[in-house]
Amino acid sequence: MPATATGVFHRSYTSELRLRHTRAEKTRLVLVALLVLAMPFLVSPYWLTIVNQIGIAIVGAIGLNILVGYTGQISLGQGGFLAVGAYTSAILHMRADLPVPVSIALAVLTTAVIGAFFGIPALRLKGLYLAIATLASQEIILFTVRTWDAVTGGTDAISLPRLEMAGFVFTDDFHWYWIIAGFAVLAVITGRNLFRTGLGRSFMAVRDQDIAASAMGIDVTKTKVLAFAISSAYAGLAGALTAHYTGIVTWERFTLDVSVLYLAIIIVGGLGSIAGSVYGAIFMITLPALITRFGQDIQSAWSEAAAKVPAVQVIVFGLVIVLFLIFEPRGLNRIWQRMKDYIRFSPFRY
Amino acid sequence: MISRAYQHPLNGSRMPPGETLLDVSGITLRFGGITALDDVSFRVTQGHVHAVIGPNGAGKSSLLNCLSGLYRPQQGSATLHTRAEGSSTTTSDLVRMKPHRIAALGVARSFQNIELFRHLTVLDNLMLGRHVHMRHRLLASLAWYGPARRQEIEHRELVEEVIDLLQIQAVRHTPVGALAYGFQKRVELGRALCLQPALLLLDEPMAGMNAEEKEDMARYILDVHELAGVTVMLIEHDMNVVMDISNRVSVLDFGALIADGSPAEVSSDPEVVKAYLGEELSE
Ligand SMILES: Nc1ncnc2c1ncn2[C@@H]1O[C@H](COP(=O)(O)OP(=O)(O)OP(=O)(O)O)[C@@H](O)[C@H]1O
Ligand SMILES: [Mg+2]
Repeated sequence: MPATATGVFHRSYTSELRLRHTRAEKTRLVLVALLVLAMPFLVSPYWLTIVNQIGIAIVGAIGLNILVGYTGQISLGQGGFLAVGAYTSAILHMRADLPVPVSIALAVLTTAVIGAFFGIPALRLKGLYLAIATLASQEIILFTVRTWDAVTGGTDAISLPRLEMAGFVFTDDFHWYWIIAGFAVLAVITGRNLFRTGLGRSFMAVRDQDIAASAMGIDVTKTKVLAFAISSAYAGLAGALTAHYTGIVTWERFTLDVSVLYLAIIIVGGLGSIAGSVYGAIFMITLPALITRFGQDIQSAWSEAAAKVPAVQVIVFGLVIVLFLIFEPRGLNRIWQRMKDYIRFSPFRY
Repeated sequence: MISRAYQHPLNGSRMPPGETLLDVSGITLRFGGITALDDVSFRVTQGHVHAVIGPNGAGKSSLLNCLSGLYRPQQGSATLHTRAEGSSTTTSDLVRMKPHRIAALGVARSFQNIELFRHLTVLDNLMLGRHVHMRHRLLASLAWYGPARRQEIEHRELVEEVIDLLQIQAVRHTPVGALAYGFQKRVELGRALCLQPALLLLDEPMAGMNAEEKEDMARYILDVHELAGVTVMLIEHDMNVVMDISNRVSVLDFGALIADGSPAEVSSDPEVVKAYLGEELSE
């Protein structure tokens, strides 16, 4: 590189369309990759379970962000779609005796179809009304799960055996880490790719101005349904991973709280940003874990306070969301970008 | 014919100049008790700049909305004539089509109150003008694989020519929401041009501009018309502009077509004078 180069120049559209241009960006990518590889060797078993939960949450959060952040269709149905993924894979594995990779793949497809179906109200509804409609789909799905005894086992939990593939048994978090991290990375890459193509752009067009989008030749109906399907496919994957990773599937894991948690993840992380989905998942899963940990630490010394940990958790949780909505509605992703700019332009302010 | 070294034709119509491109016939549009359009009929000729004028609330925007499928008139038809390469003319009635199908036929438009994709960059907005010409396959997009990547680059070339034509190079990567009004108007024109329109509908492209900006915009529209050969249908209040740049003028008043002819014919038409005088008196 010539010594006088002062900025980023592109000699072809191909080079401009790359996701990373500067040396700093490439270095960061390598560091992140190394961190992902080293992670299970660095953290304690307790924290590795948290890391695995984060990995699954990343998959689900990217799915939800595709729908809410990128296509502008608010959804409170995430918990339901996770349930569809978890139950489909568990049932196909246990009852139909399908190997886990096949049952997960079918769970992803099934959830996509069901998500598209529940997306049909979105063709007519917007904003708060859509939120209510998706809330209804969440409740309908969970109601079905609880009452359809013959298939889902009703309110009884489904237990799954340890995952075994080609003679190898995935016994602990360390083994599962590689599966989950692999899917999380895949979710990030496919998410990033989608939004540098015309297809992803049409989602954002529908979000920003649906009338103009239709006048520019975008089939708004098809786009919304497709966004629901893609988003649900990611949710289905997250749900199926949860099922096999935890070895137990019960409807209680997929209640409205979960839908709200996922909304919180993408709001705190940054709507309409794949990186934001990752930051949000890390933040919102780590925070309660930290509080729980703190509770355990003071348990012996001060048991009254420790008993209040669940309440504290809820309050901190709510507070974080409210603070983000007020002070940085564009989330952690925006904060990170500002920090990068600050360092890059230092010592100049602008 | 094109003076600069543009490689992509912007005109998406293969109809020969002088032939009928659009045949509007008996369009009637009612909103409850209001008749916004009352049995409106006229023709738009390939290669013309066709102005639609009329006082506020005359139904001009409603007419454009009918042509782009956003409003559905109770009666009438709007027949677009298109011609595929080397074959004969096919006709489609726009009144019965969905907006995105109409866009796929090559009818592109701008809006009276700018309707851009606010959070997207100028480039993304213009690339969305290419939407109907691109193939959107899910798996290829998720994988950023072969065709999905290649078409981003191919279509970028035409988009860059439009950026050059409209002189918006410097703001390429700026989110349009952050642009000044005049720039936004230009980007909206650009987005429609990127569709390679067979018929370009412009709803008050110069509204709210100062004299200098208007002049620029008139220049761009003339470039599009004269250099690229695009048929333009435009709504405009500024009579000087209309008289200067249009080949034909249709005048609406209270939803009815009261005159239709060359600028000279229309400006001397007593009904038109009355409609405009009436407006001035009431103001
Ligand atoms: N969506 C709608 N619902 C109800 N009435 C409408 C609607 N759109 C237009 N109108 C009515 O139709 C009539 C024509 O409106 P239109 O916007 O087409 O006028 P215009 O000629 O474009 O006026 P302007 O010069 O102010 O833009 C007006 O009386 C308006 O109130
Ligand atoms: Mg109008």
